[in-house]
Amino acid sequence: MKLLIAIIRENQLDQVREALIDAGISRITTSHVSGHGRSKTEEIYRGQVVVPNLVPNIRLEIAVNDDFVETTCNAILNATTAHDGGLVGSGKIFITPLEQCIRLRTGERGPEAI
Amino acid sequence: MFPATVYASDMPEIDSGATAWMLTSVALVLLMIPGLAMFYGGLVRTKNVLGTMMHSFAAMGIMTVLWVICGYAMAFGPNVLGGWFGWSWDYFMLAGIDETIMDAGIPEYVFSMFQAKFAIITPALIAGAFAERVSFKAYCFFIALWGTLIYNPLCHWVWASDGFLFNLGAKGAIDFAGGTVVHISAGVSGLVVAIFLGGRKSFPHLPMRPNNLVMTMIGAGLLWVGWFGFNAGSSISSGLSTAQALTATQIAAAAGALAWIIIEGTHQGKATALGFVSGVLAGLVAITPAAGVVKPVGAMALGILASGFCYMAILLKNRLGYDDTLDAFGIHGIGGIVGAILLTFFIRESWMAEAADAAGSWTLIQQLGVQALAVLIAISYAAFGTWVILIVLNKIVPIRSSAEAEMRGLDNSYHGERGYGMTNPN
Repeated sequence: MKLLIAIIRENQLDQVREALIDAGISRITTSHVSGHGRSKTEEIYRGQVVVPNLVPNIRLEIAVNDDFVETTCNAILNATTAHDGGLVGSGKIFITPLEQCIRLRTGERGPEAI
Repeated sequence: MFPATVYASDMPEIDSGATAWMLTSVALVLLMIPGLAMFYGGLVRTKNVLGTMMHSFAAMGIMTVLWVICGYAMAFGPNVLGGWFGWSWDYFMLAGIDETIMDAGIPEYVFSMFQAKFAIITPALIAGAFAERVSFKAYCFFIALWGTLIYNPLCHWVWASDGFLFNLGAKGAIDFAGGTVVHISAGVSGLVVAIFLGGRKSFPHLPMRPNNLVMTMIGAGLLWVGWFGFNAGSSISSGLSTAQALTATQIAAAAGALAWIIIEGTHQGKATALGFVSGVLAGLVAITPAAGVVKPVGAMALGILASGFCYMAILLKNRLGYDDTLDAFGIHGIGGIVGAILLTFFIRESWMAEAADAAGSWTLIQQLGVQALAVLIAISYAAFGTWVILIVLNKIVPIRSSAEAEMRGLDNSYHGERGYGMTNPN
């Protein structure tokens, strides 16, 4: 079992979600986060160009069984690169091992519970 | 000694009561536009909140300037081009009305500014039909063209003393405060644009939730308050007819709201906040053409009927699958049509008696024919004219947002800002 943590642009959530659903992955958790990567997002307030040092991003957490890791990563990669225009700061995917998973309703444990 | 004094003595005296109420009405109708911005702004997704509110605010800028340059002259000048619209060089830049007092006892400036607010809110209403997917630049050009070529002629036909709908039948087509001019034309045009542009990306298979219904509720509240200026101000006086319009407005809004949550509660099991304010709007839209001619019973009936029809229209929209994003057609188009046609059955007797005096005899059926004809003309002119504007404009400025801009959101793509900062730590 692996836990995928992906940090993506806010505006790409819709298409990433669509791509994941197409790939058969519908169990995800998302949250609004702020962070600093290599991107420089400019915003304009009354003529002042402002480059916020912490920019809002979306964090996806997806727990998958080992044989789904590639499918999931590819879905996210395809969805984010397709509409990015080569801009810096598209985000990252972190993959970590997942020790245990328990389904609360039934108490199932392990790969079955994912 | 003062030539101006001699000139002024030929004019009607200022009725300070009427003028005071009309000044208030101007301010009330203006309040509806930020109200509409909040109403629509709360209903879209977070990434489009500012872009959507800017649709209403941009209309305040563009339409006011155009109104001064050519709008007032086209709407209220004497017939030109066979009555297509009006024109008077006196009204160009409002230059000739600096000291004019109208027969109603109010300065013409007040009337002109009152009417300007209607010219602002009508294109702003259309924006609800194609929210979340229109380029800001193209939107600005679109409302400028639409206001000039669709709104001004319609306004002239219905409200100018030599407009042909104003003089249709015994006592004219009844459109007290803009059922045909404002709501039907905006609703129908919105539908045409929505179909022309197509649905939003991911519509309808991904759910798109309103970003802030609290703001929508406040906006609806402001619209309701402002509507007293819209309807009761349309009497262009401060007297009995003002009171009649004001009462009808309040009753129709309340009846519409109640009817909506009862229908919704029965049909879907829950009475939603958005449903309540949709009912308020449906009732207000339906009473707009009728406020001057119906009694409280009629106002209540129109409010209830409007909610019923609009609710069904929105269900039908979901079946048909076109993306009238914020239901500009479902509420304003349908509500306006319901009000303009069904008001015939609730006209107060004194109005019918006056119409009969003017024409010899006059029946409800004849008036129904006049109302239906006016509605039909408004629908066809708005639909056809909008289609032509879209086809021509789209060749010069692409109206639909690029896929990239739509995905990033209107706020970031066209305005370089974001609506809410609360979720950021800094």
